[in-house]
Amino acid sequence: MRFIFKTDYSQDIRLAKHGGHLFWYSLLLLLLIAAPWLVDEYWLAQLTFILIYSVAGLGLMLLAGFTGQFSIGHAAFLGVGAYTQGVFTGMGLPFPFALALAAAMAAAVGVVVGLPALRLKGIYLGIATIAFGFIVEEIFARWESVTGGNSGMHVKPPDLFGWKLDSAGEFYLLCLIITVAATLGILNLLRSSTGRAFVAIRDSEISAQSMGIHLARYKTLSFSISAALAGIAGALYAHKLRFLSPDQFNILQSIDLLLMVVIGGLGSVHGAFLGAIFLISAPQIIALSKGYLPTFIGQAPGLQGLVYGLVLIAFVLFEPMGMYGRWLKVRTYLQTFPFYRKGMFKRQKSFQKSDRLR
Amino acid sequence: MLILQLLISGIAQGCIYGLIALGFVLIYKGTETVSFAQGDLMMLGAFGGLVCMTLLGFPFWLSVLCAIAGMGLFGFLIERVVIRPILGQPAFSIVMLTIGIGYVARGAITMIPVIGTETHTLPVPYKDQIWQLGTLVLNVEQMVVIAVTALLCGGLYALFKYSKIGIAMQASSQNQLAAYYMGIPVKRINGLVWALAAAVAAIAGLLLAPITFVHANMGFIGLKAFPAAVVGGFGSLPGAIVGGLIIGIVESLAGFYAPEGVKDVAAYVVVLIMLMVKPNGLFGESLRKKV
Repeated sequence: MRFIFKTDYSQDIRLAKHGGHLFWYSLLLLLLIAAPWLVDEYWLAQLTFILIYSVAGLGLMLLAGFTGQFSIGHAAFLGVGAYTQGVFTGMGLPFPFALALAAAMAAAVGVVVGLPALRLKGIYLGIATIAFGFIVEEIFARWESVTGGNSGMHVKPPDLFGWKLDSAGEFYLLCLIITVAATLGILNLLRSSTGRAFVAIRDSEISAQSMGIHLARYKTLSFSISAALAGIAGALYAHKLRFLSPDQFNILQSIDLLLMVVIGGLGSVHGAFLGAIFLISAPQIIALSKGYLPTFIGQAPGLQGLVYGLVLIAFVLFEPMGMYGRWLKVRTYLQTFPFYRKGMFKRQKSFQKSDRLR
Repeated sequence: MLILQLLISGIAQGCIYGLIALGFVLIYKGTETVSFAQGDLMMLGAFGGLVCMTLLGFPFWLSVLCAIAGMGLFGFLIERVVIRPILGQPAFSIVMLTIGIGYVARGAITMIPVIGTETHTLPVPYKDQIWQLGTLVLNVEQMVVIAVTALLCGGLYALFKYSKIGIAMQASSQNQLAAYYMGIPVKRINGLVWALAAAVAAIAGLLLAPITFVHANMGFIGLKAFPAAVVGGFGSLPGAIVGGLIIGIVESLAGFYAPEGVKDVAAYVVVLIMLMVKPNGLFGESLRKKV
């Protein structure tokens, strides 16, 4: 068992709580940096996608997991960032400026969504965001002069003041830098007073208001930061795929993002990464296991949807804390061995509280 | 006359949205959970009817009854196996669960070798018939939709207002603990609500099938039915129909008078306006507990 003996207030909010954290995360970072030389190109591409979806997942995790506002239209912000990046890179702007513009544009759209959403709770917020997602997708399809409409738009590779990042390895390292920066940013945000305000809003809005947290301001802030992160992820997505079309940002993409966040573990930064790993590796695993399944199951087109649905249902029923929750339970078992009690993470049996009469 | 024609086709389309919205509102009124699986249950109902009519060769009325009864049973099983264990958990978990059910339904249907992957037509006796009223051309399929929707709405409204079961359903959705105290068998009632909602979805699917044909992605119409339920007010059954009618008429008019592409988003613009102006919908109840 490990005992962390705290002698200082700053130890409470340190990012690396003890030496073990520092060691393992540094090892992970070293492996990730060395990846272009260790793995071949196909897996490097998958790793890049994992990083891109993690950034988007961080945004959605901030909004849904930490502020409790469930947005089922998040792909719209992804699309805004992607198209902005595509348009400005096409105009010749260097990568950092285009990225900043993509993030700002997505944040502005996030504020536009967030302001009316202040009055809405629960399912009404979800439906408003779905509606918003559909409207943005249609705008992408109709605004042909800027976005190229349904025939799509080609995106040039990122251009860092003259140094074109054409190869997969270089682009992967760029994504890695941005992902690490975003993660550190979110971790710092969460241990600041703003982050605590977000969590307070999630837990009980009335209590948060009583403690002096300005609900409108913090909810809008959460929406815009979350949208900015999704915009950054969208910009990287645009550069990775080199081709954008409006139906890449439809409701299915939004639900995929939500799936990712829920399966990863709602309410934890690790959850965004674990969810992204699940989202990218699930089709690979399904494709790999098709050889072992009987033909009528293996070759069926609907297998992927079926597996996603079953995994989601299984996680919601049996592991509500997601993949990170499962890891937490394993880690607690190992840390408190042999004193782990079976009921440590037991879900409380509760009666349903009516939303209308809350 | 053109505007009358547009209105009638809008009303027919709106009744379809209203029918699916009826299922949403039914589940919300009975268990206060929002089910994103309603569209896919509708698709399953349509496929069930198709299988009964073509593969098993039943006559029309028998297939309809079989499909509805089968879906009712399926809804009850879903509630028993999947929804009951997480009763009492936050609403978001249940929403994600129903999204998962939708994925499973779509995936399972697409896995069935020949039937699942193609588009089929449902052989109904009133297919392609038209009534001529002067210059008005009325599609019999659309008329059937309107008539059945009105009947169903009336029936369900009467169930909730006048019968003991209906009042028990409302009670268990408003305050589950109190419902338990009053001796209402809450779990059984929840199963009944889901069975009823699945049966309504099956009826919607069978009515929609002649118009949109039977295929695995039929369920995406369910996403348009959400605006209908929200516009009408989530707790009100006539509201669901009225909301559907509004959305249908707005879409029909937008398709003709507005520029290209507005028709697809008209429903969503309407729902956004509604949420800004009157979040509880037209007929919604605004119950609030004072702190």
